[in-house]
Amino acid sequence: MYRSHVLVCGGTGCTSSGSQQIISTLEQEIARNGLDKEVKVIKTGCFGLCALGPIMVVYPEGSFYSAVKPEDIPEIVSEHLLKGRIVKRLLYSETVEEDTVKSLNETQFYKKQHRVALKNCGVIDPENVEEYIAYEGYAALGKVLTEMTPQQVIDTVLESGLRGRGGAGFPTGRKWSMAAANQADQKYVCCNADEGDPGAFMDRSILEGDPHVVLEAMAIAGYAIGATQGYIYVRAEYPIAVKRLEIAIAQAHEYGLLGDHIFGTDFSFDIGIRLGAGAFVCGEETALMTSIEGKRGEPHPRPPFPALKGLWQKPTILNNVETWANVPQIILKGPDWFKSMGTEKSSGTKVFALGGKIHNTGLVEVPMGTTLREIIEEIGGGIPNGKKFKAAQTGGPSGGCIPASLIDTPIDYDSLMAIGSMMGSGGLIVMDEDTCMVDIAKFFLEFTVDESCGKCAPCRIGTKRMYEMLSQICKGNATLEDIDKLEELCYQIKAGSLCALGQTAPNPVLSTLKYFRDEYEAHVVEKRCPAGVCKDLLTYEIDAEKCKGCTLCARQCPVGAITGVVKQPHVIDKSKCIKCGACMEKCRFGAISKK
Amino acid sequence: MKSLAELQAIRDKMKNQMNVRDESDDKIRVVVGMATCGIAAGARPVLNAFTEEVAKRSLGNVSVAQTGCIGICQYEPVVEVFTPDGQKTTYVKMTAEKAVKVVADHLVNGSVVTEYTIGSVAK
Repeated sequence: MYRSHVLVCGGTGCTSSGSQQIISTLEQEIARNGLDKEVKVIKTGCFGLCALGPIMVVYPEGSFYSAVKPEDIPEIVSEHLLKGRIVKRLLYSETVEEDTVKSLNETQFYKKQHRVALKNCGVIDPENVEEYIAYEGYAALGKVLTEMTPQQVIDTVLESGLRGRGGAGFPTGRKWSMAAANQADQKYVCCNADEGDPGAFMDRSILEGDPHVVLEAMAIAGYAIGATQGYIYVRAEYPIAVKRLEIAIAQAHEYGLLGDHIFGTDFSFDIGIRLGAGAFVCGEETALMTSIEGKRGEPHPRPPFPALKGLWQKPTILNNVETWANVPQIILKGPDWFKSMGTEKSSGTKVFALGGKIHNTGLVEVPMGTTLREIIEEIGGGIPNGKKFKAAQTGGPSGGCIPASLIDTPIDYDSLMAIGSMMGSGGLIVMDEDTCMVDIAKFFLEFTVDESCGKCAPCRIGTKRMYEMLSQICKGNATLEDIDKLEELCYQIKAGSLCALGQTAPNPVLSTLKYFRDEYEAHVVEKRCPAGVCKDLLTYEIDAEKCKGCTLCARQCPVGAITGVVKQPHVIDKSKCIKCGACMEKCRFGAISKK
Repeated sequence: MKSLAELQAIRDKMKNQMNVRDESDDKIRVVVGMATCGIAAGARPVLNAFTEEVAKRSLGNVSVAQTGCIGICQYEPVVEVFTPDGQKTTYVKMTAEKAVKVVADHLVNGSVVTEYTIGSVAK
């Protein structure tokens, strides 16, 4: 029996900031102090506060150590684990008060969060099925198989109002009942773990932190629609998630939670993993299924919908990882509990991956209908360096920008649709005044051009043309008519593309045009980039009044564009300048400015 | 997995082992002084005895933790028991055997083992 548990985050975020080394040092130190029979080290999934990784929590005290370094470990072991003296200096600063230590749940970052899909992430050991079982794991599957009919399961999910967390927000229960109604000798249940939006990582974190929840939910759906086989389509770029899924599937087999006659009933279900090769389009449902079949991942027109003809032309349901993570709790706690969170049309919670110009980068889960302001200013801790909030981008390359004027918009499917963005998978990129909106639109278009599968012309050629037009605007070579033409092209691509990739690709442009048209016009008419990002429209100048002639800038300049005599004002030769900004960064007198 | 009872058995077993991670405030807290003085006087076997005994009896409402020097080094090993109603009992000169009795009498049955408390030992 261990008197103390030390939880160390083993998610991708903390792994890249060195949590593996923390774990091995910790184990060595614990052994050296003879505590290995008393203290247990557990590698968990993501805690959410990725910016402060590696993260480590010591129980029973619940002390939250952040940004732990290997050299801190001997002190933590000898002081805290051996002598019970919490090393306050190394705690997450917000939890330390004058003479006491606050619980993590009282901090700004966690206070407003409501964890449903992330319930077990950072709490259990994802590689131990028994820890999942301790937290009500597989109880929902047991309940479904022994007490409920398939129709009751579908009705429960329908009534909860759960909608697809992958972005489009289609009611999950409706999808299931359609697939259940279609007769076939074989049906399939699939999990979409091909998380491709730049900046989104909630699906990865769930798979890494709580893989069994997905397996359990898929088995529940299998029972509901009459399927015996499931597939998880996961990106090969998520090695930790894949490894933990493999372990989870093997353990579920060992405990008879997958396989034949689960819970002594006639229900049998199995799950296989299929690795995606990193094509964004494979997150689209028809392309994903084509890829599982072993063919080139290209979409095809709907109908027929997958619920009728999906994988190998059999009725199939496909849900996103986060959607699955909600299902077991809906079964156990009932649809009314789920509906008590969120808004009328968007029940439950949503996980967001907060990134960009924000203090607390990481994963947050909040009830639907929480305003953007609460997420950014309270949970996210605001914008660093005293900069002003300019816009937030939701939904990745399929979504749009929300300007500062709409910061009080409640975040749910319909409110976001109404202002020209979308929920998407939940990437939330915060931008400050130094961000050029034309440049952002161009960034996302560059991504879509790369990722367009090329099957249909509007998407393949259209996005490329859009990208070229945006490049011309950024270079100051465009006219006002070009902006109109760009807008017109957006609508054409939306209307003409085969799948959601092309249909949503113009969204970043349309929403920035809607809210930041003045910035586009500044680029075109005044040949000026208001945020000072587009290099072709910038000029660097030295203020002769402020320049002390220290020669530092001239030595910094990589192309020798700055000339001048010691103690005399220097000048920049604009024909040679490559606008790298190195001189401005180094100048101690603030004499260099960009316009 | 053949039945719900089998699942329940695993859950109960694991809940007991993972009790240490439960942070609810309505628990009885057993705090063992584990500063240098405490360790020298033999606080570690005491701490381990509490942990083992609490787990053996599946006392989900008890958390066992350590703390630093309480300041009465001549009475080490010192153990403090805090109940959710705010009562504090201080046991002194503890041993593993005494710990077992404290668990049985105080933690399970709610009667303080007066003979081990600082009040009677200091007399």
